[in-house]
Amino acid sequence: MRKEGMQEATQEIIKEFALFEDWEGRYEYLIEFGKKLPKIPDELRTEDKLIRGCQSQVWLYAYKKEGKIFFQADSDAIIPRGIVALMLRIYSGRFPDQIIHSDPVFLSEIGFNSFLSSARANGIEAMFRKIKQYALALKFFHESIKK
Amino acid sequence: MLSPSEILEIRANFPILCQEVYQKPWIYLDNAATTQKPSAVINAIDEYYLTINANVHRGVHYISNLATEAMEQSREHLRQFINASNVQEIIFTKGTTESINLISVIISDFINEGDEIILSELEHHSNIVPWQMLCQRKKARLRIIPIDRNACLNLECLDTLLNERTRLVAVNHVSNALGVINPVRKIIKKAHEQGAWVLIDGAQAISHSQIDVRELGVDFYAFSAHKMYGPTGVGALYGKRKLLERFPPWQGGGEMIKEVSFEKTLYAELPFKLEAGTPNIAGIIAWEQAFSFLEHIGMERIKIYETYLLDEANRSLQEIPNLLLYANRALRSAVTSFNLSCAHPFDVGSILDRMGIAVRTGHHCAQPLMRVLNAPGTVRASFAVYNTLEEVEKLCDAVGKASKMLIS
Repeated sequence: MRKEGMQEATQEIIKEFALFEDWEGRYEYLIEFGKKLPKIPDELRTEDKLIRGCQSQVWLYAYKKEGKIFFQADSDAIIPRGIVALMLRIYSGRFPDQIIHSDPVFLSEIGFNSFLSSARANGIEAMFRKIKQYALALKFFHESIKK
Repeated sequence: MLSPSEILEIRANFPILCQEVYQKPWIYLDNAATTQKPSAVINAIDEYYLTINANVHRGVHYISNLATEAMEQSREHLRQFINASNVQEIIFTKGTTESINLISVIISDFINEGDEIILSELEHHSNIVPWQMLCQRKKARLRIIPIDRNACLNLECLDTLLNERTRLVAVNHVSNALGVINPVRKIIKKAHEQGAWVLIDGAQAISHSQIDVRELGVDFYAFSAHKMYGPTGVGALYGKRKLLERFPPWQGGGEMIKEVSFEKTLYAELPFKLEAGTPNIAGIIAWEQAFSFLEHIGMERIKIYETYLLDEANRSLQEIPNLLLYANRALRSAVTSFNLSCAHPFDVGSILDRMGIAVRTGHHCAQPLMRVLNAPGTVRASFAVYNTLEEVEKLCDAVGKASKMLIS
């Protein structure tokens, strides 16, 4: 059970990144998140979990437990891994409706807005869309069926 | 060689280069994707719309004639620039991709089931997919020249691939992903001995060395304006007249006809037969300024200077631990392609971008080549005549820094 809500988690991330004065520090911190994110098993790296970018690949997997949605993610590049790790901090362990009604606001505030506009690159938009798709799909999904 | 002060003079023609990104001087090293445009080209676009905008080849009126003359003057200048025999051999297109597609369509009637088209592992998707489509339509077959360990085309394999079923060999002059200069003279000679046509994708060669289509003896040569300091959305196809005359038009419309009735249409002569519809008049006229720009500096001097930048870049990059330089032993032109081991090219490119350095990362629209290299992509820095040695040094420092950030 997570104590803080999505807003608090977002603010927490923004605060952490605000501690760095320069971009190098923020990038290194992001890279650290990327390195710490656990790799997902090879059997989960399947086509249906792939968010295909022109540049690098991101895999996103979700399951439902006690009414909440939990995500696992991975990428072949470290910066997208860092970004998706931050997104998981915000979105994993939430109720579907919380996710469905949210916006990806934090990235511009921590100085990574250049990723938001890189349309053909590994778009945050695409990651965010996939997260919402999972939330919509799993909203009415009965956990008992899955097993 | 061009001196630093001469380079600064050249740079003065490119206002876009004097800007900052992330409060750092912008260093543009993505010239293989598109070059920046000199003021003369930009002004020519303005000038066209401000003074002589009218449709070409059909107006009786004064301004239409001026526009037509300016467009045909650009064609004549381009003919001289690549030393074609005749302006009828210069077909204006949207760019290299359209030039290649044009040929892949108009030669259809000459391709039969079981015929073969030879490409190489170094090709850009735009010199693969049109031929795949043609082969599917005609039940013909693609054959591929492999690269050797230096990423050079294996010409011995070409000898075994060429046979009486070979109709066409289509290869690039310079590889967009690695910068490798292909031995096109030898390829053309071998293909012609077998009676096959040759199309050269010259997109990455045209702004880096003197291209003489007659000396090459090439049948078709395709290139884009925007990779040679000209506007986007314009390009050309050079084709030997005696060949282009044999082929039917590929698109129907205005400009390409002599006479139309509902029963029958008589087609216009070359080059108009292959130029249906109103062309990119402003772009074609402005492109001429790019020929003048290049001629004014001199292609040989450009080649020497860019080779110098490339050699300096490669020398410094090789000093960075964990850096893998592709095609390092191959003869290359203005492009260096590399990876940091244990780092994805996207990560390297993102960090370089944050330092104000624009490079290209990814598969460079050459996915078959990336599979051969067993790489998810590469980081590609590509140079133009306005790049300075200082910019090259900053690139190498930045790659070193990225390496520390990513691999530590």
